[in-house]
Amino acid sequence: MTKIKSLFVSLLLTLGVSSAIAGSHGSTLDLVKDRGFLKCGSNTGLAGFGLPNDDGVWEGIDVDVCRAVAAAVFGDASKVEYVPTTSKVRFTVLQSGEVDMLSRNTTWTLQRDVELGLEFVGVNYYDGQGFMVPASLGVSSASELDGASVCIQVGTTTEMNLADFFSANGMSYEAVPVETNSEADAAYTAGRCDVYTTDASGLYASRAGYPDPSAHVVLPEIVSKEPLGPSVRHGDSAWADIVRWSLNAMIIGEEKGITSANVDEMKNSKDPEVLRLLGVNQVGDTGAGYGQWLNLSDDWAYNILQQVGNYSESFERHIGPNTPINIQRGLNALYKDGGILYAPPFR
Amino acid sequence: MTSNPLRKLLFDEKIRSIWIQALIVGLFAFLVYTVSQTTAYNLEKRGIGTGFEFLQMSAGYDISFSLIDFTSKDTHLRAYFVGVLNTLLVSVTGIFLATILGFLVGVIRLSSNWLFRNIAYVYVEFTRNVPVLLQIILWYSILIHLPKVKQAVQFLEYFYLTNRGLYSPSPIFLEGFRFVAWSFVIAIIFTSFLKKYLKKKQNITGNQYPIFYINSAIIIFTPILIFYIMGMPMEFSHPVIKGFNFQGGMVLRPEFMGMLLGLSIYTAAFISETVRSGIMAVSKGQREASQALGLKSNFIMRLIIIPQALRVIIPPLTSQYLNLTKNSSLGIAIGYSDLVHGFGGISLNQTGKAIEIMLIVMVTYLIMSLTISLLMNIYNRTVQFKGNA
Repeated sequence: MTKIKSLFVSLLLTLGVSSAIAGSHGSTLDLVKDRGFLKCGSNTGLAGFGLPNDDGVWEGIDVDVCRAVAAAVFGDASKVEYVPTTSKVRFTVLQSGEVDMLSRNTTWTLQRDVELGLEFVGVNYYDGQGFMVPASLGVSSASELDGASVCIQVGTTTEMNLADFFSANGMSYEAVPVETNSEADAAYTAGRCDVYTTDASGLYASRAGYPDPSAHVVLPEIVSKEPLGPSVRHGDSAWADIVRWSLNAMIIGEEKGITSANVDEMKNSKDPEVLRLLGVNQVGDTGAGYGQWLNLSDDWAYNILQQVGNYSESFERHIGPNTPINIQRGLNALYKDGGILYAPPFR
Repeated sequence: MTSNPLRKLLFDEKIRSIWIQALIVGLFAFLVYTVSQTTAYNLEKRGIGTGFEFLQMSAGYDISFSLIDFTSKDTHLRAYFVGVLNTLLVSVTGIFLATILGFLVGVIRLSSNWLFRNIAYVYVEFTRNVPVLLQIILWYSILIHLPKVKQAVQFLEYFYLTNRGLYSPSPIFLEGFRFVAWSFVIAIIFTSFLKKYLKKKQNITGNQYPIFYINSAIIIFTPILIFYIMGMPMEFSHPVIKGFNFQGGMVLRPEFMGMLLGLSIYTAAFISETVRSGIMAVSKGQREASQALGLKSNFIMRLIIIPQALRVIIPPLTSQYLNLTKNSSLGIAIGYSDLVHGFGGISLNQTGKAIEIMLIVMVTYLIMSLTISLLMNIYNRTVQFKGNA
């Protein structure tokens, strides 16, 4: 009897304990620090944004945000484990705590920010939905696409914009829904659909991978606002702040002309904001730098700029005009260069 | 003796089994309760909304492959029905094709022709040992590399084969066609009575009647006759290239064909083995006895072997049907708009209601599977031995 009883009690305990574990969660920063590396939800593979290179090392401007956060937390940008997520599972993966943050060309919308329990912390690429067609079709505007077959990646804002665009213009289309970027490429290049639609950045990235990129044109119409940015789980504002300011540090870095090459020289700069950013100046005369507010070391932003570089470096390295992706800065230039990239002051 | 009730609790088999069962049920209920409470708690803590109101919200996306009208302004609930119908469409047609192909191959596997037998053997071993997902993707890849729309392969004058599907004329029924349809139904009912009558007559007189040919002729020619009498109340809409695509007519999309081919060819391999085992389970003496009676070989098959084989075939056949239905959820790999792809995928992503939607989808598959089992069990009862022979 006692044996059965103790068995029952221990069973009860395990159930109780396991539900307690499932229910608890401490601060994400502590969790990440204890683990020793950052888990970052990335794209399954989108050239220029998040894709492993020939050596299996992840690269791209979305990936650089993950690296910046790792640099800020650990002082080592390589302490990241990338978890490739499809557009369909990305939110579930983040919500369930399988990753600490998501940085994979995800559009910031009201519903995702509020109802899905996410927290968007900024925008690292201002995008908009576009259309790509084979040049041989002779189409020059999206308004000539009545009756076309359109390849779309499911689980995105894209399909809703597409539905809106065609119905607003009184046109019909055949939707060919595909799961991933590479499936979309396969279906589009095989001619299963006439048009491939997704965020313009994604179109450029795909086109760069085609055997003959010049045989495809991206139409001039941009039919939506797609601010793409990193997100974290709702409810841990301290962690959200770290990710937000890691991105901001990269943008301020560009604004102040701090690059990975000159970051050490810039420590002798006369600009107080640069000195605050690089952890040289202290908060008032407390003796501590600007890391304390984020629970990070004072050289966190220095580490980001030294190891990852500023926003412009990241952009030029992965998607700029000198890469196969070949995207102009456009909206993504700094506010003082005609774009809308703008970070709050570092003070 | 005073400890008797306690001892009874432990050693009386009947009482012991009652409280052990009660305990297990209690534990299970507790487990379910804990899991659901924990989930609800975590969802709330993470600020994720729950509930089924989203079903009434407009879906916001289009589904082009649909048996009922669907636009982006329709609700998620309607998207659910579109998905259910598409799943049923590919499952039912798949089961139909797989059964025919499976029976054929199963019989060929037992044929005395060396070449046929071995072709069937290679087919069975190849298809059932390669994952069905790969086969579906293979078929789809082949289909989308067919000629493009502008280079469509035209055959039988009005049919076009392209990488966007097989286009065919679609019939448009005019006023008066319903008489043709009704005559078809009436012909079927009439022939079933005729069959009974002729069988009876055969039993009494011993004269054989070509029942099959007579009935086929009635079922085919009555509607045709009515069709001409009514002045041919039907037109065809022909597919014509207009802009990017063919307009008009009907189309079988490559996503659907890929699924249908992949599923039915895969499942047919299993069915053929079931059929073969069923036929082999009929004792040799049955065939020899019927040969001794002088029955023709196709009669032996139809009247002696198959009815007995069916008893062995039906139960495993049921589970093949269930497998095919569940495998239809692989449509997600090639963008076939089934229940999992549309409602369970796109709606899930747009609304973020993972738990609610997965529950609905799972219950739906459960209902479909149980319905198939039920129908097959009813059929199984009709082919089993009656009485205690």
